[in-house]
Amino acid sequence: MEIREISVIGGFGKTGEPEAVARLDMRMGDVVSIVGPTGSGKTMLINDIALFADANTPSRRRVLVNGEPAPTIFQEDPSRNPIALITQHTTFLSDLPVREFLRIHARIRRTERQESAVEETLAFANELTGEPIIEQAAMTELSGGQTRALLVADAVVIGNSPIILLDEIENAGIDRLRALKLLKRYRKIFIFVTHDLRITLLSDYRVALLRGAMRAIIPRVEEERRVASRIGRIDEIMVAMRDRLRAGEQLIERELLGDLRQVLDAPSAEVMR
Amino acid sequence: MRAVICAGPPTSGKTTVLRHAAHRLAERGRRIAYLKIDVQYCDEDETFARELGVPARKVYSGDLCPDHCSVLVLGDALAWAGRESAEFLIVETAGLCLRCAPYIEGALGLIVLEATSGMNLPRKIGAMLTLADLAVVTKIDLVSQAEKEVFRANLLDAADIPVIETDALHGINLEPVVRRMEATPELVQPSRLRGSPPMSVCTICAGKKEIGWEHHFGIVRTLDSDLFYRGQ
Repeated sequence: MEIREISVIGGFGKTGEPEAVARLDMRMGDVVSIVGPTGSGKTMLINDIALFADANTPSRRRVLVNGEPAPTIFQEDPSRNPIALITQHTTFLSDLPVREFLRIHARIRRTERQESAVEETLAFANELTGEPIIEQAAMTELSGGQTRALLVADAVVIGNSPIILLDEIENAGIDRLRALKLLKRYRKIFIFVTHDLRITLLSDYRVALLRGAMRAIIPRVEEERRVASRIGRIDEIMVAMRDRLRAGEQLIERELLGDLRQVLDAPSAEVMR
Repeated sequence: MRAVICAGPPTSGKTTVLRHAAHRLAERGRRIAYLKIDVQYCDEDETFARELGVPARKVYSGDLCPDHCSVLVLGDALAWAGRESAEFLIVETAGLCLRCAPYIEGALGLIVLEATSGMNLPRKIGAMLTLADLAVVTKIDLVSQAEKEVFRANLLDAADIPVIETDALHGINLEPVVRRMEATPELVQPSRLRGSPPMSVCTICAGKKEIGWEHHFGIVRTLDSDLFYRGQ
């Protein structure tokens, strides 16, 4: 089944009031952020999506695929489910070597191109993480960042899931912005639950939640791309300073002010280069 | 009366699955009785009685193999549940021996396995899995997409039964389990065990402590013999 669009039909918030957003349509290729304070129901929303809720969860939301209720097979067999959910708690438990593990997954998932899917998964995971993955290493020996990178790469390439839900991957030790850029090469619906400023600003639109209800769908406007870009430069300054601390150096206030001034003085047109 | 016999290794989430299912059955006005069988300690019966207000009791097997104990007390338990005018008797077994299958004919045999127990678990257990009607996999939120799929493939390879993946702690995807319970036919008595599990018949269960096959009788094996147990 080719998925073109998934929709969330609004239900009710924690206090019982109907959601302000009556319908959320996410089209193939969309990058969406789900934002809101802790306890506002972000995880509940992605759980509703992952479950293809049909007015049978506490929110009473309904999730439609191409405008229709989802086929039951999506829920009955994980390999037929078009949604891959990766949370902060998701991990690998197998102590098989990386390549062998991926081969097993490729074998049950695909009839053809198994070996090249394994290669592509490894290559993609290595792009996502700064520390190259040793193929002979056991899955359980991977670092936090390598694990997260491989979880994402496996879901995207071998799993070939058209819809990927990522719950707070910014805490997971991979370069989140690089990941976002790389993920955009694949045409999928990416849904990020995030507190991260830049992931939010680089999404096509964001869904704001409050007290368990979808409050608004906010499109990302052009000006926010520049805001994201400037924040990115400030981020780079902070990363560079942290690297110097790690290298045992001392920091100089004058240099920090100089770097910040460059960010402030850059004209809008140049910020986006 | 319909009976549900639930088995599965310790900590796999049997109680959590059954509690969520019982809540949903109760919401639909179904009358339930609950029996927990364990070796020397459990308090799940109190939880069921407190949370759901249903007739609930427990039995300790003590020195006896808990699945053997289950076979012995099930007749009385069905009569008890009948007196309580329950429509469902839910029996949660101790879940200690993977080779044993406490399921009876005409009841829903439910095995609960945790996705976190390793992809090869389905290959390691015998009759407890192969004689069940339905496998419920718990803790799927904790494992990768790949392991979810491999776990299921290994399960289906070991036993050709329906599999339902759940996050039981958060009550996610338990509805199909409840539907299956409701679709269970009335139990026709007398009911019999589905298989003959090797329960409490060995010399060690009977109290012999010596090591070495020379000291035992019945089923014995040496290090070099290739006796291999496959389950039913």
